[in-house]
Amino acid sequence: MSTEKEPLFSKKNIRLLTGPLGADNPITVQSLGICSALAVTVKVEPAIVMSLSVTIVLAFANVIISLLRKTIPDRIRIIVQLIVIAALVIIVDQILKAYAYDISKQLSVFVGLIITNCILMGRLEAFALGNKPWPSLLDGIGNGLGYGIILVLVSVVREILGSGTLTIPGIGEIPVIPQGAYDFGYVNNGLMLLSPMALFVVGIIIWIQRSRNKELIK
Amino acid sequence: MEQLLDIFVRSIFIDNMVFAYFLGMCSYLAVSKNVSTAAGLGIAVTFVLVITVPVNYLLNEFVLKEGALVWLSAGFKELDLSFLSFIMFIAVIASIVQLVEMIVEKYSPTLYSSLGIFLPLIAVNCAILGGSLFMQEREYQNLAEATVFGFGSGIGWLLAIVGIAAINEKIKYSHIPPALRGLGIAFLVTGLMGIAFMSFMGIKL
Repeated sequence: MSTEKEPLFSKKNIRLLTGPLGADNPITVQSLGICSALAVTVKVEPAIVMSLSVTIVLAFANVIISLLRKTIPDRIRIIVQLIVIAALVIIVDQILKAYAYDISKQLSVFVGLIITNCILMGRLEAFALGNKPWPSLLDGIGNGLGYGIILVLVSVVREILGSGTLTIPGIGEIPVIPQGAYDFGYVNNGLMLLSPMALFVVGIIIWIQRSRNKELIK
Repeated sequence: MEQLLDIFVRSIFIDNMVFAYFLGMCSYLAVSKNVSTAAGLGIAVTFVLVITVPVNYLLNEFVLKEGALVWLSAGFKELDLSFLSFIMFIAVIASIVQLVEMIVEKYSPTLYSSLGIFLPLIAVNCAILGGSLFMQEREYQNLAEATVFGFGSGIGWLLAIVGIAAINEKIKYSHIPPALRGLGIAFLVTGLMGIAFMSFMGIKL
């Protein structure tokens, strides 16, 4: 054991937290976790709830696996990881059902699909199995938020263009497009509400990000 | 019979796992580089879906649903274990994938060498768990419906991944802005295919 202790928020640890928000984003760069993400981005509210759920599950799963990393036999580690994740997802699902029933209905199977979200397995395999609990916690929160940023961004674009509103949890629907525009003949673009549009929005976000940051181009 | 055909067509074209729900996108973006590996993965997914959806259907019907344990004792009438479904489903899927892998390895080494690398990946493919969860949510009436749904979803996924792989093979030779290469263009192409598949939406049998 080294006697020198690393400060809790050393530069390296801060990078674990902020990296996934930009240059190391789980969705646009690592291409993880697209599966259960895009179908929940029609409105902002479910997108926020979904990203919070994923962040919480990911942070706790990372810590638990990191604590167990020396006791888990290599051969059965996938099963162990799945069980830990599934247990956490059940807790999140029950809490959502109890306190946010409408949203939980909207998210339907996608809460359950957090279990097979590639972000979780990806981060557990790539990070938590080889690192101490504290960095793992930061990594989990960082990646969860990086996932959330993309989700919220996509849902903002889709909701403004598709329904002309913004739904913020706790406040409710806010009309963004002024009534005058509708009187003038503006029509909401219903196409944005269809699921393939989420793919276009993400594709364009990736395009913008990669043109700004040339290092990401392979 | 008509009902089964309806479920089959719906699950392939209208409720397509990839284009309508984005399930299984990760492995789908990772392996959709050439048609033959894509087809291999697609067949493996279909295979596993056909087995896991009916098994999970039975599990749901006789263990997890509210009052499902009545066959054990009348006292369990009020028991609702459905909150356990995530963990049960994923455990069933993981073990069946393991079993399938061992059986295929034993009895068909050629199939194993072509599917082998994909099988362990499939346990964490969202399309598989998604299949079971949709089966639970949509409350299919009997085992045949659940099986047909699993088969149809698998075929739909196979179609999607083979289609994208074929497009990707061609895209290699076209001029794409460097920033859009790889992931970006894959998303745009998938979106376009999704729109194409939406034209099936009005179909009713």
